[in-house]
Amino acid sequence: MANFIERMCLYLVLVLSVFLSIIQAVDRSNFKTCDQSAFCSRQRAMKPGQSSYRALLETLELSDSHLTVQLLNNNNKVLLLLELYRLQGNMTRVKINELKPVKPRYEVPDVLITDPPTELMSVVAQDEHRVVLSLGGEDWRLILSAQPFRLDIMEGPQVLLSLNSRGLLAFEQLRIRKDTKSQTDTKEAGEKEDTEKHDKEKVSEGEEAEEEVDQPGMWEETFKTHADTKPNGPSSISLDFSLPGVEHVYGIPEHADGLRLKNTDGGDPYRLYNLDVFQYELFNPMALYGAVPVLLSHNTHRTMGLFWLNAAETWVDVSSGQGSSEVPQTDVRWISESGIIDVFIMLGPRPNDVFTQYASLTGTQAFPPLSSLAYHQCRWNYNDQEDVSAVDQGFDEHDIPYDFIWLDIEHTDGKRYFTWDNNKFPQPKDMLQGLLDKRRKMVTIVDPHIKVDSSYKIHTEIRSRGYYIKNKDGGDYEGWCWPGNAGYPDFTNPEMRKWWASMFAYGQYEGSMENLYTWNDMNEPSVFNGPEVTMHKDALHGPWEHRDVHNLYGFYVQMATAEGQIQRSGGLERPFVLTRAFFAGSQRYGAVWTGDNAAEWGHLKMSIPMCLSLGLVGISFCGADVGGFFKTPSAELLVRWYQAGAYQPFFRAHAHLDTPRREPWLFGPDNTALIREAVRQRYTLLPYWYLQFYHAQRTGQPVMRPLWVEYPEDIATFSIDDEFLIGRDLLVHPVTDERSSGVTAYLPGNGEVWYDVHTFQRHDGAQNLSIPVTMSSIPVFQRGGSIICRKNRVRRSSSCMENDPYTLYVALDSQGNAEGELYIDDGHTFKHETDKQFIHRRLSFTANSLSSSDLSPDSQFPSASWVEQVNILGAQKPDAVTLTTTDGGESSVEFAFDPDTAVLTLRKPGMNAGVNWTLHLR
Amino acid sequence: MSCALLLLLMSLALAMGTGAAVEIQRPRGVPLSSEQFYEENKPFTCLDGSSTIPFDRINDDYCDCRDGSDEPGTAACPNGSFHCTNAGFRPAFIPSSRINDGICDCCDTTDEYNSGATCQNTCREMGRKERESLQIMAEITKEGFMLKQQLIHEAKRGQEDKQGKLTELQGSKKGLEEKVEALRTVKETAEDPEKEAKERHLKSWEEQKELIRMEKDKTRMAEAFLELDDDADGYVSVAELQSHLELDPDSDGSLTETETQVRCLSSSSTLFLPLKSREEFLSHYQSLICDPEFIWICRNLEKEIGFDFGPSAEFAYLYSQCYELSTSEYIYRLCPFNRVSQKPKFGGSETNLGLWGQWAGPEDSLYSVMKYDHGQGCWQGPNRSTTVKLTCGKETVVTSTSEPSRCEYLMEFTTPAVCQEPASLDEVLQGHTEL
Repeated sequence: MANFIERMCLYLVLVLSVFLSIIQAVDRSNFKTCDQSAFCSRQRAMKPGQSSYRALLETLELSDSHLTVQLLNNNNKVLLLLELYRLQGNMTRVKINELKPVKPRYEVPDVLITDPPTELMSVVAQDEHRVVLSLGGEDWRLILSAQPFRLDIMEGPQVLLSLNSRGLLAFEQLRIRKDTKSQTDTKEAGEKEDTEKHDKEKVSEGEEAEEEVDQPGMWEETFKTHADTKPNGPSSISLDFSLPGVEHVYGIPEHADGLRLKNTDGGDPYRLYNLDVFQYELFNPMALYGAVPVLLSHNTHRTMGLFWLNAAETWVDVSSGQGSSEVPQTDVRWISESGIIDVFIMLGPRPNDVFTQYASLTGTQAFPPLSSLAYHQCRWNYNDQEDVSAVDQGFDEHDIPYDFIWLDIEHTDGKRYFTWDNNKFPQPKDMLQGLLDKRRKMVTIVDPHIKVDSSYKIHTEIRSRGYYIKNKDGGDYEGWCWPGNAGYPDFTNPEMRKWWASMFAYGQYEGSMENLYTWNDMNEPSVFNGPEVTMHKDALHGPWEHRDVHNLYGFYVQMATAEGQIQRSGGLERPFVLTRAFFAGSQRYGAVWTGDNAAEWGHLKMSIPMCLSLGLVGISFCGADVGGFFKTPSAELLVRWYQAGAYQPFFRAHAHLDTPRREPWLFGPDNTALIREAVRQRYTLLPYWYLQFYHAQRTGQPVMRPLWVEYPEDIATFSIDDEFLIGRDLLVHPVTDERSSGVTAYLPGNGEVWYDVHTFQRHDGAQNLSIPVTMSSIPVFQRGGSIICRKNRVRRSSSCMENDPYTLYVALDSQGNAEGELYIDDGHTFKHETDKQFIHRRLSFTANSLSSSDLSPDSQFPSASWVEQVNILGAQKPDAVTLTTTDGGESSVEFAFDPDTAVLTLRKPGMNAGVNWTLHLR
Repeated sequence: MSCALLLLLMSLALAMGTGAAVEIQRPRGVPLSSEQFYEENKPFTCLDGSSTIPFDRINDDYCDCRDGSDEPGTAACPNGSFHCTNAGFRPAFIPSSRINDGICDCCDTTDEYNSGATCQNTCREMGRKERESLQIMAEITKEGFMLKQQLIHEAKRGQEDKQGKLTELQGSKKGLEEKVEALRTVKETAEDPEKEAKERHLKSWEEQKELIRMEKDKTRMAEAFLELDDDADGYVSVAELQSHLELDPDSDGSLTETETQVRCLSSSSTLFLPLKSREEFLSHYQSLICDPEFIWICRNLEKEIGFDFGPSAEFAYLYSQCYELSTSEYIYRLCPFNRVSQKPKFGGSETNLGLWGQWAGPEDSLYSVMKYDHGQGCWQGPNRSTTVKLTCGKETVVTSTSEPSRCEYLMEFTTPAVCQEPASLDEVLQGHTEL
């Protein structure tokens, strides 16, 4: 008992200290700088110069699928094995590992969706200095230079990308610690001990390897009070890439920084290490909750990507400057703590090619249930069933639609996930049924930290099955999180994931129903009393250290949870799982959000580049907490955030426990009306959002896009991150400034025209447009040449709108043409995949005729939806409009023309959305 | 179906007071009161006058009027509204977006005529239930109102009593004050030799120590008196004591009556005064500032009489009472006109959820809401506060508490004092049944 009380006191102190740290902005001292991270500081101390590595061309072997060659470190004589693959779809894979490591090094599993298919590689030329390989086509070449080792990828005479051109390849070979006694006196670990040469393979007799000197932090490292024992010693890796002709690089989320990556010279590198950062700072390369080690480069000629497949702590240096011959150049250097070098070079050349290439490696965005694209109402916490019911009622009373209401950690019995607080939620099924009756849904939080409590079934099962992560001494790893002392299931273990998934079965998760979905928070993992608020790196996942797998943990948690949701429905229903931590490939399992932001204008602005960066690396289903999580938004900020959030992929309001309530109707009737209007705009556009996600799943194209993705040759777009595109056809410039009286939006595209979606006013492309704004303004433009389908009958949830008719917005380009698509399915099952139950149609306006044709004749879906109205923007007044349907029927359609706006409105043509038809304007 | 003309005329068999059925035809979703605007087979002018359309475009599932008036029975207009007759219950308007959305909104099921939703007509059942609950409410109101009259009467009598007692005690207080003044002079004269004696005995510290300590105490007390005597009238009133929060032993932000007394008693018991004159002075002084009777006077003078107990002092009976509600985790305690607090059931200290602030109801019923604020501060948040909603009931009881927003509590409280004079039951029922 005394022990228990002690523990509780410790817990309180701990929780208190954690909470106190929230009061101010991020406490930077909780998190490492590169200097404080031994391997980063070691690696970064190495300056560009001649590489000590030499390719031993005599060891070169070329098979159908790949080339191998040994690399020798001239200093320590350690041999590495380089593998080169030419992958289908214009990619090259470069793998470097130790030829004979003393023990295996971690290679990231489960992230690639397949073993990437290869293409034939052939040697074009070879001498003692270099080998020239063909990458297909006439002038695609890969040049492997022997001494010093470097790789250059060429197109004709042009170098697209070079590896190790700055000589920063470094590979700390695994070694046996010779001096075991030093383990007893680790303080001196940094000092020179009598290190012996390691019995490494020697290339030839007579060559002597240099003595390697142990450096500080190689065998143990302490940060604040946390010791990291390093039984495997140093294991870090590093490689540099040079991109001649490149000035703009993007990606490597997650950071609270602008879209375009900055030069890191003189500061810290961008860090990729999933961390629970309280009140993160803006414009900072510090690590946040998720990590996707993918960097994109772009110039007017070419877009390329680098995918550094490594799940350990990683730092990325970006340095832009003049290369040789005054050509701009960007140098990128990756440093990881362990694992191997496994890098995919995606050669584009266009942005959409890079997206396709990356999608072929890690998969595409999961196609979400339609309702999850609608509005989500969240708060830490909705207190009890009555509260949920009152909020639900509030939305109806104020005629604001919503689809999901969320329950944070307080809904559980003492933070035991998969349970309910019996006092506050005595009848969860009644509550869920009440929501179901209104065709609405709920999300409960299920975090991966499991309360250590022998009367808690989830805990006892995980413990007895041995599914917990182990500490360095082999016992179950325990750390502090919301429930107090908690264990962390080893999600890297497929058996564990299978078991976890089975816990979502309706019979297992008591009180759950088919309209209950899941939110995985704290899955970096967050460990309140751990180093940098996360897990000790020497904790063990089977044979691997946490160090090796850290950035994968959240990925696996979401994977297992999504799988659980699929299984509970017998494989029929699409899952919806939100995660805070993520890695490359997380797009396959659901949505992410940008974590614990704050109710500040800067955070509202930052939501745009953060989600744009995620979209570029495959994760399209992204959003920021509307209103800001910490602190209290002014009514103006809240309204502006709703307006911006309504045009971002994941649209959820959320608030911290200690902030006043902020349901949309609590700020006076004017603000309620403004918020209602923003949410309604979202609902009218749901068919368009759904189509974008359908495309994202099929092609890997981002839903929310930077302008340069669609206008890759327009330099003016390269640094824009205060406006964005949804798909190709909607351009959004949210108002993100306090008391704004206007914004300046850049409308891209020479010869393009853009229509204000509210006034239908037409503007030319390639100009900066000043737009005066009021509190009700959400500047949005539809691209001339596009057709967008909306459902203008906004109801209380998206499900209620299922059978409603469409209104088409045909925005004519300067030639009087337009094209668009319509996608319809049941909105929630996999039948579109398994049974081809969907409608996918092309809508095209050309030569004064608008027609609908089938893009997928072998699929079908019975839809009750029809076309109630067609608005043609930029039109001329016709004499007559007739409708022709497939059965040969022809009928006259009534119309109205507004000469002021040049909008032609066709009244109730009435055809079913799933059939062929043509409307002729005469 | 989509292109089908949805001009659907309703046939409504409406039970009239006589029980006779009369058939009325009007477009779906139109209330009886607007029927005259929808003249069959005549062009329809949108109710906002914006345009005129043929009659067959009413309820044709396409929105022609900006105000939505051409589609009262379909979901075509974003701003339309649909009228459900709800015979047997209460008629209602619903947003037209709720027509055929698969959810039963009108108890007569008329909103779901083409959605496949199976709705049950629950109007009669709801009407019956509502009548029952109205009846119960009416009875409660009636009884409550009678109790209220009693409360008003008692409050009036109580006030008279207090006034009488007050006058009497004010007289005796004055006498006492004069006596204290006289004694103070005697005491001060008598104290001079004592000082001299003290100086003489300065060398033997051990012996004098006790005396010095007492001297210190005396000085401190005198200083304290001056400090406490905020209005410098020579007397320390309870109100003055209560305004000094440094004297508040439980640091709950308020100095209760009990605490005040404890302080008075402890200070007198620790004083040892050798001088007779000092003793006399102090005993009278003590009786002046600490006599329960005087406290009672002070309290009634400075607080109770000053309170707004409602238009007829009907809330006066709540004064100095406390009401508790026990939930699964806490015991909530409402002491009207004083404070609201919360105490964990299973150990832990009490939390002040707010001190009496003011009546905070809307203009037309100011006395329906009490506001308690300046409670204990919240981490990173405001001071706790509680809104107490008063509803009519026979009993005086706290019926529920909640914390809708962090540190903002809501309490429901029933009391006869808010019961309004009941309308006759017939009137109530009539107001809620159409036709």
